[in-house]
Amino acid sequence: MALLQVENLAVGYESVPVARDISFALDPGDYLCIVGENGSGKTTLMKTLLGLQDPLAGTIRMGEGVARDEIGYLPQQTQIQRDFPASVREVVLSGCQAKAGLRPFYNRQDKETAARNMERMGIADLADRCYRDLSGGQQQRVLLARALCAAEKILLLDEPVSGLDPRVTAEMYQLIRRLNEEGIAIIMISHDIDEALSFASHILHIGKQVFFGTKEEFLKSPEGRRFIGWEGGSAE
Amino acid sequence: MIAQLIEYMQYPFVVYAMVVGCLIALCSSLLGVTLVLKRFSFIGDGLSHVAFGALAIASVLKMSNQMLLILPITIISAVLLLRSGQRRQIKGDAALAMISVGALAFGYLIMNVFSTSSNLSGDVCSTLFGSTSILTLTGQQVAMCAGLSIAVIILYVLMYNKIFSVTFDEDFARATGTRADLYNLIIAIVIAVIIVVAMSLVGALLISALVVFPALSAMRLERSFRSVTICSAIISVVCALLGIIISILAGTPVGSTIVAIDVLAFLVCWIAGKAIGRTA
Repeated sequence: MALLQVENLAVGYESVPVARDISFALDPGDYLCIVGENGSGKTTLMKTLLGLQDPLAGTIRMGEGVARDEIGYLPQQTQIQRDFPASVREVVLSGCQAKAGLRPFYNRQDKETAARNMERMGIADLADRCYRDLSGGQQQRVLLARALCAAEKILLLDEPVSGLDPRVTAEMYQLIRRLNEEGIAIIMISHDIDEALSFASHILHIGKQVFFGTKEEFLKSPEGRRFIGWEGGSAE
Repeated sequence: MIAQLIEYMQYPFVVYAMVVGCLIALCSSLLGVTLVLKRFSFIGDGLSHVAFGALAIASVLKMSNQMLLILPITIISAVLLLRSGQRRQIKGDAALAMISVGALAFGYLIMNVFSTSSNLSGDVCSTLFGSTSILTLTGQQVAMCAGLSIAVIILYVLMYNKIFSVTFDEDFARATGTRADLYNLIIAIVIAVIIVVAMSLVGALLISALVVFPALSAMRLERSFRSVTICSAIISVVCALLGIIISILAGTPVGSTIVAIDVLAFLVCWIAGKAIGRTA
């Protein structure tokens, strides 16, 4: 049973579609990369998957036992966050917020979840540091830990390495791969076709031609060849 | 001076004024951090103008309890402004300018045309800059201010974690199933209540200062959301108390005295922040 089944989805703003005819399925353990030219609707698709905006057409079905809001989300950083006074612990704990429902305060279980995920991301020693004083890579780890508090099955990552230096980028990809190996299904938006092809199990290419399939199928498809040629990148 | 102060403290209405002043300062500082970080500081300013317009209508209608009119009008405006300001930044900005300046103009016009008061400019001045002394608050006003302030503080404490989530990352909160719209709505209502309550202390034009300055000061010094919130509450209460005492002793207008001290506190915090090497 797929965790996420998307059929004939069209996404866009105010009934003007940016991308259409998107169909794909996400199974447990998959590592799906969404690629496409700038302006092809990658971020719009992601917002629609997260329920931040309504689909213009088509359906998004969640697998059995996965609620609509059980998708962890690593957003692109906003300006607000760059000067937000908050400790790492506070940010990670806020991932438990949705589960708390109307309960006003975090309980012991929430705090344990937050501590476990900080440990998992290697940021336990930063718990009392101020979020805005951290390096870009550390901030991404904090936001990943927060996403893991919110959801354990699917993670959506929006350009997780933008603005990071090469060494930190490599670490970030390793971290994401490790989470994937632990059984979390990954959906990642990426500009970086080389990385996408080396880590992903499936590729969704959106644009004029929509392609969905495994990485191997993508490399053989016309979209894949054109996209790789167009990007000037090479596949491994 | 101390003796004079002790003498004043003998009168219950002086003590009431101080208690109410501190409560108002406390609750107005609480949401300051959220407003500043969400770039909503300007909404506080716009709303205070709306509250002024509503006050003008209420005073022309000779309502015995003006809050009954001012509070609903301000709350409705807050909800509308927050809604329009959320996605379409520019439109929201223009709408705000229109509403706030419009309310100011109509408020003054209404007061001018329909007023029966012999001291019109005095009335206008005191609604804009606060009464010359909060010692003139009536018992009913004191009770109402105290009640609303306490309600705001309790609500804030209960919603603290939700306010943090929605302020830090609204999209994430929404995507993971937090009812961000509901909490934004509650934040808007609470802001409106705070502004109406604070109007009696510092007047319509100076409210934003009461909301924004303590938060900005605290952000120079503290690093976590909780410590910033606590620090800004303390700064706000201390400044309000000092302002009230000085205004009683020196006979200065209470609202502007409090705000002047808030500004000084900000400068001190800014320098202190630089000194300990924290950049905000």
